[in-house]
Amino acid sequence: MKKTELKTFNNDLPKTPTGIQGFDEITAGGLPKGRPTLICGGAGCGKTLFGIEFLVRGATQFNEPGVFMSFEETNEELTINVASLGFDLNDLVKNKKIALDHVHIERSEIEETGEYDLEALFIRLGYAIDSLGAKRVVLDTIESLFAGLPNQLILRAELRRLFRWLKDKGVTAIITGERGDETLTRQGLEEYVSDCVIMLDHRVTEQTSTRRLRVVKYRGSTHGTNEYPFLIDETGFSVLPVTSLGLEHIVSNERISSGIKALDEMLEGKGYYRGSTVLVSGTAGIGKTSIAAHFAEAACKRGERVLYFCFEESPNQLMRNMLSIGIKLEPWVRKGLLRFQAIRPTLYGLEMHLAVTHKFVNEFKPDIVILDPINTFVTGDKEFEVKTLLMRIVDFLKVNQITALFTSLTSSECRMESSDVGISSLIDTWLLLRDIELNGERNRGMYVLKSRGMANSNQIREFVLTNHGVELRDVYIGASGVLTGSARIAQEALENSKVFKRKHEIESKKREIARKRGDMESKIATMRADFASEESEAIKILEIEQEMIKRLEQDKMEMAKSRKAKTGNIATKNV
Amino acid sequence: MKEKKTKVKSSLDDLDLTVSNQGKEQYILRLYITGSTIRSALALTNLKKICKEYLEGRYELEVIDLYQHPSLAKGEQIIAAPTLIKKLPLPFRRIIGDMSDKEKVLLGLDLKEVKEKIDFQ
Repeated sequence: MKKTELKTFNNDLPKTPTGIQGFDEITAGGLPKGRPTLICGGAGCGKTLFGIEFLVRGATQFNEPGVFMSFEETNEELTINVASLGFDLNDLVKNKKIALDHVHIERSEIEETGEYDLEALFIRLGYAIDSLGAKRVVLDTIESLFAGLPNQLILRAELRRLFRWLKDKGVTAIITGERGDETLTRQGLEEYVSDCVIMLDHRVTEQTSTRRLRVVKYRGSTHGTNEYPFLIDETGFSVLPVTSLGLEHIVSNERISSGIKALDEMLEGKGYYRGSTVLVSGTAGIGKTSIAAHFAEAACKRGERVLYFCFEESPNQLMRNMLSIGIKLEPWVRKGLLRFQAIRPTLYGLEMHLAVTHKFVNEFKPDIVILDPINTFVTGDKEFEVKTLLMRIVDFLKVNQITALFTSLTSSECRMESSDVGISSLIDTWLLLRDIELNGERNRGMYVLKSRGMANSNQIREFVLTNHGVELRDVYIGASGVLTGSARIAQEALENSKVFKRKHEIESKKREIARKRGDMESKIATMRADFASEESEAIKILEIEQEMIKRLEQDKMEMAKSRKAKTGNIATKNV
Repeated sequence: MKEKKTKVKSSLDDLDLTVSNQGKEQYILRLYITGSTIRSALALTNLKKICKEYLEGRYELEVIDLYQHPSLAKGEQIIAAPTLIKKLPLPFRRIIGDMSDKEKVLLGLDLKEVKEKIDFQ
């Protein structure tokens, strides 16, 4: 007999991983190793499946063969039933990984004639375990014995012995039990199996059903105590341990563009943080989806993967509509970078939505997730649940470094900030779109209500949908406040004409100066010319004068010659 | 148990006799026990006594120790020990316990009202 527990007794309770998605996380490792676990719940809540998956995963992932002892379904039924979940039991049985044993008890065939025990069952189970070297055992649903064997005293004593025996065998066992009226199981099995009790539940609220799982008890181990939604789909069981997550995710300093240049500029010119949560809220028809589509397109252009949950439009309709503002999403869908998931919010319960979101995100591994819009979840007075749902989604996406963009519809009566299903505290960047009614027009305005960790613009921008996408216009502040629409256009025109006028004036001034300069220069030229002519005249006169002086002297000389006077005296006098 | 299989009594292989309507059917019985416990021994003793009294000369009893043949438990759908299986005559019956309640054993073997009983075979 193996006593595997003893070795690591001082450290921690040894655990057997179930391989069931999410379950091992909430139980910090799986089921208690070498001990029986009770799984209880009402009809159709997935007990058998849990057991089968425990064995299949054990056999395929952890190399631990298992024995499935069924008290209800025959081996053939079981094989067919779980084949729809992708488990090929026949193959596993053939390879000696799993043994199926259907225990058939027919009350009418049985006659009790005195004392007996269930030793034969032990032998049978023991033989199956030994022939495979099984580490895992599932007994589904052992309570059926109570219907077949009338002597309850013997049965109870034998069951107690059975669970003890399973422990001694060192196998990790799952015992399933139908839920009773006031007890966890109809026959009070929890009395015997007390190491670990897991309750499965299938509840219908507001016409939508949700499966939930709760660890009622787990001796010697910490575990999540909440009710966790779980999902049974074509890949089996998955539990969502979302609320067990702390706020310890890694943060990124990387910035990613919103796809709208002007919006990026409002956010320090860089856009959102990667891994942040963006909320776009606004009234109907304001362009929330357009902003989301821009973001999606920009991400696809960067080669990132985008998962777009649309809760109100069909993907085709959305793509067509976005085409009208020049956003082509279809090529990205074909390239496999963009994936749409169109689900009506009312199709599942909230928990199921969470589960589905998880599943798709894990499958598609997107960089960006868009939920459009989130407030369709709020049907009735489930606001608290919606908030927890979104919180879980936000947490989940943050942990995975996925940037999330939610859109939220606010009704025009209640004002903006209050109306957003109470998730404002979860949001990192919040863009508020609002309609501005002025001069008989309804125009769109956008501002960044908050943006954690960046110096965002405080401006309200006018937001225009053009045939080449969303554009943000500068806003004109007039006497009556912000000007939008045609008032803005008028203002723009006014300013444009002013600018034009001013430009014109400058031009003419420039021309005048040029002209004046010309004038001045021509004047200078004429003056120069005048001066030059006067100068030359003067020179000429001077020359003539000198000529005359010369001539006079010559004349004097000649006269002196003729009078025979002393030339030298005369000459000196003249000098 | 000392013996693995004990053929206590083998009677005529006469099919006509087994299907006859005279309360003379051939009984084929199998007793599954789990080792030589007191309960096993008690069951065997009680059963032998009953057989001798009611089925003298027309029964076949096989005693099987499940510890020796664990695989048989699955094939025969046995969970309790001791279990006596009445293979023939029909209807198929399981009689569990140490056979100390003689009335119930007889009821299980369809021997109680053997005179009025109409055989379905």
